[in-house]
Amino acid sequence: MSLTALPDDAEAAQRGARQAEVAAALAHVLPKSAILARREDTAPFECDGLTAFRATPMLVVIPDSEAQVAATLRTCRDLGVPVVARGAGTGLSGGALPHRAGVTLSLAKFNRILKVDPLSCTAVVQCGVRNLAISEAAAPYGLYYAPDPSSQIACTIGGNVAENSGGVHCLKYGMTLHNVLRVRGFTADGEPVEFGSEALDAAGLDLLAVVIGSEGMLAVTTEVTVKLIPKPELARCIIASFPTIESAGGAVANVIASGIIPAGLELMDRRMTEVAEKFVHAGYDLTAAALLLCESDGTPEEVAEEIAAMTRVLTQSGASRIEVSQDEAQRLKFWSGRKSAFPASGGISPDYLCMDSTIPRRHLARMLLAIQAMEEKYGLRCVNVFHAGDGNLHPLILFDANDPDQFRRCEQFGADILEASLELGGTVTGEHGVGVEKLNSMCVQFSPGEREQFLAVKRAFDPRELLNPGKVIPTLVRCAEYGRMHVHRGMLPFPDLPRF
Amino acid sequence: MAAPDPAIVRLIDHIQAARGRGAVLAVCGGGTKAFYGEPPHGEPLRLGELSGISSYEPSELVVTARAATPLEELEAVLAEKGQCLPFEPPRFAPGGTVGGMVASGLSGPSRAALGSVRDYVLGLTLLNGRGELLTFGGQVMKNVAGYDVSRLVVGSWGVLGIVCEVSLKVLCVRTAAATLCFERDEPGALAEFARWRALPLPVHSTAWYEGRSYLRLAGARAAVASACHKLGAVALPDADPWWRDLRDHAHEFFRPAEGDLAAGECLWRLSLPPVAAPLELPGRQLIEWGGAQRWWRTKAAAEEVRRAAARAGGHASLVRARDKSSGAFTRLAEPLMRLHRSLKEAFDPDRVLNPGRLYADL
Repeated sequence: MSLTALPDDAEAAQRGARQAEVAAALAHVLPKSAILARREDTAPFECDGLTAFRATPMLVVIPDSEAQVAATLRTCRDLGVPVVARGAGTGLSGGALPHRAGVTLSLAKFNRILKVDPLSCTAVVQCGVRNLAISEAAAPYGLYYAPDPSSQIACTIGGNVAENSGGVHCLKYGMTLHNVLRVRGFTADGEPVEFGSEALDAAGLDLLAVVIGSEGMLAVTTEVTVKLIPKPELARCIIASFPTIESAGGAVANVIASGIIPAGLELMDRRMTEVAEKFVHAGYDLTAAALLLCESDGTPEEVAEEIAAMTRVLTQSGASRIEVSQDEAQRLKFWSGRKSAFPASGGISPDYLCMDSTIPRRHLARMLLAIQAMEEKYGLRCVNVFHAGDGNLHPLILFDANDPDQFRRCEQFGADILEASLELGGTVTGEHGVGVEKLNSMCVQFSPGEREQFLAVKRAFDPRELLNPGKVIPTLVRCAEYGRMHVHRGMLPFPDLPRF
Repeated sequence: MAAPDPAIVRLIDHIQAARGRGAVLAVCGGGTKAFYGEPPHGEPLRLGELSGISSYEPSELVVTARAATPLEELEAVLAEKGQCLPFEPPRFAPGGTVGGMVASGLSGPSRAALGSVRDYVLGLTLLNGRGELLTFGGQVMKNVAGYDVSRLVVGSWGVLGIVCEVSLKVLCVRTAAATLCFERDEPGALAEFARWRALPLPVHSTAWYEGRSYLRLAGARAAVASACHKLGAVALPDADPWWRDLRDHAHEFFRPAEGDLAAGECLWRLSLPPVAAPLELPGRQLIEWGGAQRWWRTKAAAEEVRRAAARAGGHASLVRARDKSSGAFTRLAEPLMRLHRSLKEAFDPDRVLNPGRLYADL
């Protein structure tokens, strides 16, 4: 799909006139400096972390107060202009991809931590505060914010709310949904609204639950109350080597079945390990088919008990080598390669596509073997790093975007992984969101009735469909086209039958 | 693909017939929560046929059960494998069902520490008011495909659709537990709850009643032992029945006698920020969830209780009363109320399913 095609002259003129009209209307409610219209000013906003998809927004606005956000939304509603809210733009599914005829609403100036309360163990922050900055502000009280997406030094809490972000720690501590108490924001009409509360529940329907993860399509978030939890006194990590993919997959299931919920349980395949080792020199075992990183945190007594139990299970599951971190420096070294999996992969390939499906844990080995077969089929390499503990896969397909055929094969490779995940009883996205990237896969995962119900939810919040339109929910036409392609490829029969 | 379940087909027919006649259906599970919320009205639609555990994978920590599965049965099956529903759904009477647990969204004493029923719902199958069978979420731990409709349905009292089947995350039962008890007045207990919250202790549940605070610890054996040592208290013997009675409202506090109700006494649930200062209301109080859930037995006027809750940053629900004409749940301001109406319209445009069960006009 090309989103960068040059418009013809007539369209350009029309677009220019519309841009002038909307900019003039917004100039009544925003300072001139908060409105960006020139191509060179809007260019930095043309994509998010999914760089293969780009579009130039009609305008970018950068308000610095809630009153300005409300006025922007009202103005856009009156003129029928789509609005795409944007945090740090680190999302990996194109959720913040601009709308060509729309306004990109940058919330970068909402970057203040309003309150850290050690008594209620909560923090109230503006939406543009970085994920890691919350934990830094809470650290003096011995508290932290648990969800830790790997982009946590840059991504914002508003973006985390939009995507229901996870991370390594969410196996034990939950996703954004489980760690946010209240979201303040604005409806598409510019009305202020609060979802959830500083109590543990709010009256009426649980609107907070549906707003979190709605990818900016139901409301614009400006302020968030998050739950903070006590920083564990101690964390220790085990690195276990496995001679086969199957034994590593089995070990993951065995650890969970034994009743332990590790603070993190990650799997890297051999190729990922090699790539990471070159990047960080962590001393990883390069002879293993797969490595498991298995962490325990808590009081020293708890950690000792868990590490002993984990070691027992990993050994019984066929680990060929086990190393336990002896101090914090060594623990961080163990994690360094895992944490830099994405940049390290960027170093060995011009581009990569990161997939994000989740499958039942017991099928991890089956899935890895299926991906190996797909590498042959599509003639592309793939490195694998998984949040194994919750079955969330991040295969990175390596390709060169300058080669259109490689890009096409890469997209098909990705779609194949997603559909294999669905066949194993999984989902097409565990934590990165649908955005524009997985619209086709939504046609496979959901029936027309289910997609229609999503659309009805969207319209209940945003009747004119102006907030981030075109994301998450594929149109019937798109699904029909994708379905035909599918039948042609003979991959997934009867996608439209109801499932129970 | 399996043929449609005959029990589901009958439910769909029932909904379509009701729509045609302009009738209203009251969705019934075990009927154990009929007293909670606005009174049910309409033709009872029984889900009894829709029973049984559809799949259970102990190593995946996931169980899928149909709506009318008795809660007791589900919890017994989990217990056989050393697993449990960590949010401790209350059983107000024998016969409560999985569907009722989801529709009411009620969680027990461990909620503040371990999360609510909503937090453990992974996916569900819903029959909406148009008689469409829809599946949202799934059986995996992490899933952000589409809006999180399954969790929106939790606690919706059946006004968005009939929960037919639900997949839940389960956890292994903690290896060790201990209950400690301290003599404390209310401010002292609330301050202590805040201290415990900020410490890395294996807190499972907390409560305060009649001058005593209760702390249940649960986790690894060594962690529980060291917490008991740190807090300098001896564990109460055999405290499980006490917590179970609290969960199930079996305690006298939660069951006002007919005479008390006739005299205007009510049972209120106040959901507040845990650090809210003690409330000035007449009557008796029982506190849970580290201060975030406060039950009141009081004759105070509904407006007075609701005002006190709102001032403290929370909301109040009238749980047991002779007269619920002031509304069971706290009403919402616009635009939230408008969103509620729009969502009802989006799921059940003819207002066939449980209308009035959450708010009289919804």
